[in-house]
Amino acid sequence: MERYLDSTLDSVDSAEELALGVAKRAGFREEDLIKIGMAVRESVVNAVAHGNRYNQNKKVQFRVERNGAKLTVRVADEGEGFDFECVPDPVAPENLMRASGRGIFLIRSFMDEVQLRRLDPGGTEIILVKYVTAQ
Amino acid sequence: MSVSLSTRQVGDVTVVDVEGRITLGEGSSALRDTIRQLVSNGQKKILLNLGSVSYIDSSGIGELVSGFTTVTNSGGQLKLLNLTKRVKDLLQITKLYTVFDIAESEASAVRSFE
Repeated sequence: MERYLDSTLDSVDSAEELALGVAKRAGFREEDLIKIGMAVRESVVNAVAHGNRYNQNKKVQFRVERNGAKLTVRVADEGEGFDFECVPDPVAPENLMRASGRGIFLIRSFMDEVQLRRLDPGGTEIILVKYVTAQ
Repeated sequence: MSVSLSTRQVGDVTVVDVEGRITLGEGSSALRDTIRQLVSNGQKKILLNLGSVSYIDSSGIGELVSGFTTVTNSGGQLKLLNLTKRVKDLLQITKLYTVFDIAESEASAVRSFE
């Protein structure tokens, strides 16, 4: 399932709804659905707000697919890209009181695999993977 | 509306009852505006009741941190009350659980302000 979403916060709700629909059919438990939903929301917020900077001429490419026990979500923006290696560790003592910078940390906490890369000619892609575990 | 905030006075403590979602956009900015308004009005003892918060994202967590810093820098205290499991889990993951003064009872929270 693939969608091109507008660079608005409404797209965050749409993306979460799409991902959770696929995840529910895949058999994820409620606890994992909450984690998936949050990781998707944080990813799309990053794409809309930090990537495309709410530019209505730019879209967020959103794809969710299930392959057996594996759920894969891809979010890509058309922004200028950012150096995600330079995001400070939000749980380091010196960064605890920062007002921002926890999104990617939470995404990594909630998903089994996370890949981030800059796109050519521009934009950032994040791929989230989570596996259904035995009940 | 994503979030609803109402304030009430218990002695010299201002309790802010927060209901709904604290997320990027309306939710976060409403919380920020409320705390800043209380600080500018000279309130020094602020208790955020988060018992009816259904959802919070990284922006909302950041807003709690900002609010804590704003109140502390003004010489006041900001404490949290009635965390839902979801909010508590997020504060633990982000290692903020021990940063905030957290209470489960309004009466004890009110008494705990100096």
